[in-house]
Amino acid sequence: MSAGVFCPSSLDELWPLLEDGATVMAGGTDLLARRRGKAPDFVACLERLGGLYGVSEDAGLIRLGACETHTRLLQSPLVRERLPALASALSVLGSPLVRNMGTLGGNIVTASPAGDTLAPLYALDAQVELASKQGKRRIPLAGFITGPGRVELQPGEIVSAVIVSPPDASALQHFEKVGRRKALAISVVSLAAVIRMESGGVVTDARLALGSVGPTIVRCPGAEALLAGRRLERETLLAVGQLIREEIAPIDDLRASAAYRRDVAGNLLLRLAP
Amino acid sequence: MSTDITVTFTLNEARVSIETSPGRRVLDLLRGDLGLTAAKEGCGSGECGACSILVDGVAKLSCLMLVAQLEGREVVTAEGLGTVEHPHPIQQAFAQHGAVQCGYCTPGMTIASAELLARTSSPDRAQVREAISGNLCRCTGYVKIVDAVMAAAGAARGEDS
Repeated sequence: MSAGVFCPSSLDELWPLLEDGATVMAGGTDLLARRRGKAPDFVACLERLGGLYGVSEDAGLIRLGACETHTRLLQSPLVRERLPALASALSVLGSPLVRNMGTLGGNIVTASPAGDTLAPLYALDAQVELASKQGKRRIPLAGFITGPGRVELQPGEIVSAVIVSPPDASALQHFEKVGRRKALAISVVSLAAVIRMESGGVVTDARLALGSVGPTIVRCPGAEALLAGRRLERETLLAVGQLIREEIAPIDDLRASAAYRRDVAGNLLLRLAP
Repeated sequence: MSTDITVTFTLNEARVSIETSPGRRVLDLLRGDLGLTAAKEGCGSGECGACSILVDGVAKLSCLMLVAQLEGREVVTAEGLGTVEHPHPIQQAFAQHGAVQCGYCTPGMTIASAELLARTSSPDRAQVREAISGNLCRCTGYVKIVDAVMAAAGAARGEDS
């Protein structure tokens, strides 16, 4: 067992640290906050790994480097223009100071049911790219996160990027978070939606993802199916909102009751009415 | 126990090289070893912003940074923004507008505000409120702080405050 804090500048320097059992740290805003600033004995910081940065588009897919901070992603024209639901979530994540430090990969691996970037990434059907000494693999984000703080990360593996197929510009992208205050609030309920429509306004495909209403982000397939073939009209949204309330399984906690979360989750959909 | 390392970085424009344990918090290094006590510990978990510093020009929470991360970086604390003789426009404006009461949040507020003004020379009040939204103040009610930042921005543009 080694000890210390290491900031490798290449993946080749990272792998031996992981083999020796280092705790991986990205921005540190979750890892160190949980420990009130006390570092684990043996830490591998990812912040100097150049390959984990960058926002780019290739063959119709947008690749978001896992170590990009929330602030840097917000500054990216690709994110702002093509993934507005994600940009909207990033803009209300933590505070400017937290956004300057916290990373996309870190938000994913923390795997909080309230993780602000997660609901839009679920609605966008994002994939995570995982890197290890053996190479890279890609899996759907929704399969990667299995519970609060639980992810399908194999030993020796890190999250290296998030891959998103951006919806057409005509698709509606929406994110809204309800919290107890504006800054530094953990969401009570959040809703991300990606909705494709025909030119006449009939929904062809709806993806709805809710945060803080279950152990992970929750997609609502029944509500999505009910929206397909209809228009975003108040009567329809009321019915779909009711279905959302039935599909989620929120809990009572110090921020809100389950009943309140159910109410809000259904109501949030009404914002989609033109 | 981790072995000490030598960390070399720039601190308020001076080159610093210090031998210390790499897993310590940057906040403790600044206050305990280097005698720079502007950055404060409020919450110790990233929610109050009292410990803010600039790292390579970006406002960060020194309670959530490890000493090893400083290698090669450029760090500015509230002490480095200006001096008593030559205060930073933000520091001057805070004093003039009564934006300082107990003073505990002030260093962090000035760091967040200085970062905003480095990015945006003409912020509106909403942008100022957003920029300081990670910094808690329990005395001023924030209004005087926002007034001060607006005045500092105006002064930097050559307008009368």
